[in-house]
Amino acid sequence: MELNIGHRPSAHCENGAISALLRFHGIDLSEPMIFGLASGLFFSHVPFVDVGGMPLTSFRTVPGFLFKRITKLLGIKTETARYFNREKGMRRLDDLLLREKKPVALVVGMYYLPYIPKEYRFHFNGHNICIIGKDEETGEYIVLDSNATQKVTISRNDLIKVRYAKGGTYSLFGRMYWIKSVPEQMPDLKPLILKAIAKNCRIMTSAYRGVRYVGVRGMRFLSERIRTWEKKMGPQKALINVAQVVRMLEEIGTGGAGFRFIYGAFLQEAAQRTGIAELNDYSTRITEIGDLWRTFAVRASRMFKRRKSETCTYDDLGDMLLNLASKEEAFYKDLEKAVEKYMDQAGL
Amino acid sequence: MKVDEVPQDLKYYKGSVVRDVNYAVDENGQYKAVISDGWTPKNDALDMALDEVSQQCCQIAERVRKGESSPLEYHAAKNLMNVRLLSDYTGIPKRKIRRHFRPENFAALDDGTLAKYAEALRITVAELKCLPE
Repeated sequence: MELNIGHRPSAHCENGAISALLRFHGIDLSEPMIFGLASGLFFSHVPFVDVGGMPLTSFRTVPGFLFKRITKLLGIKTETARYFNREKGMRRLDDLLLREKKPVALVVGMYYLPYIPKEYRFHFNGHNICIIGKDEETGEYIVLDSNATQKVTISRNDLIKVRYAKGGTYSLFGRMYWIKSVPEQMPDLKPLILKAIAKNCRIMTSAYRGVRYVGVRGMRFLSERIRTWEKKMGPQKALINVAQVVRMLEEIGTGGAGFRFIYGAFLQEAAQRTGIAELNDYSTRITEIGDLWRTFAVRASRMFKRRKSETCTYDDLGDMLLNLASKEEAFYKDLEKAVEKYMDQAGL
Repeated sequence: MKVDEVPQDLKYYKGSVVRDVNYAVDENGQYKAVISDGWTPKNDALDMALDEVSQQCCQIAERVRKGESSPLEYHAAKNLMNVRLLSDYTGIPKRKIRRHFRPENFAALDDGTLAKYAEALRITVAELKCLPE
């Protein structure tokens, strides 16, 4: 049995899984649209959250947030479940898949995924895949993993292992989510787009008052901290931490520059859908900011590759982050003002 | 980033179905999703993380050869597992796992416990008992 959903690669795994679920229910949105509507742009640097012995630096929201936000926005009814008992978890998956004929998205651990290259196997329990079928004879499940270029299959035993991955970032207990029903009429996207943009701007500039780890303030905070790394941790450990920041910026399916390019693509599409040409200018602006992030990654990577010609120091990295923070802050403030103007006009 | 600037530095994705998707601007200023084989700075960053692991493994292997530690500690480090994670996967208490890091205790382990470790570390029992070449 296999449900009829075409494979579509995407940059970020959660976008990809959401996209597959929505497409099955007849809602075809592009990846940037999903990301933008869910207000997915983010930054946080939290020193007391330990990720493999390093402080957490993240360009994405908590896994699960994107799905929650976008389905709420579109008025879609969903269900999320966890099962402490493995057999129960697998039975429920089979039930939904074979009897109700619905695709199901799973949160899985990266470490035991068989089709991931060996070097990428880390204990990261936040990968999203979508199960769309099961081969009755072999018992293998058919998987849409948006980070792969084609459909892949996974055996039942492997699937249990990845669904019940332990520890790492956090234990999973077979977390899965699916769509129960979609509204008969899709809501008008224009006001939703404007709302989502305004929300994202607020998250980055002024949400969580008094918390310095999140958004633009988080970037300033990291710029302060990064200057002290070499002294505090010693040269080797400090370089590993810089490498970790670069990996979070590029590695985990960010579409380049820590999701900044996806957001540029979203703003461009938003301009088309809403007819507000001004958003195109903001798309160009965030693209430039993204290019700066790429420069940051290149210079940082030369530090830990020890290219002789490179004389970048931790202070330089701090300065670059500070520059990025002020550029982004201006960007979000301007964008929020512009969007609010259009929301007033539309009477929202 | 322009479409023709999307990096195609194939390294670790070689021979697998996994690829990146990057968003880039084409000559008309329109955003497009482009498949990317990888990017040198991020490959370097991954190298850095992997180097750290292999260095740690080398040190532990040295201690194992001197008879100060058991191969279990080596294989755990190789699988990026600390004692807590290994305990989560095997169901063996952390205190006992630390004991099993000592060669004399490791040598006395029964087959059941060895099988539990081997399964969590994705190797056979025979591989678990020695260091790789």
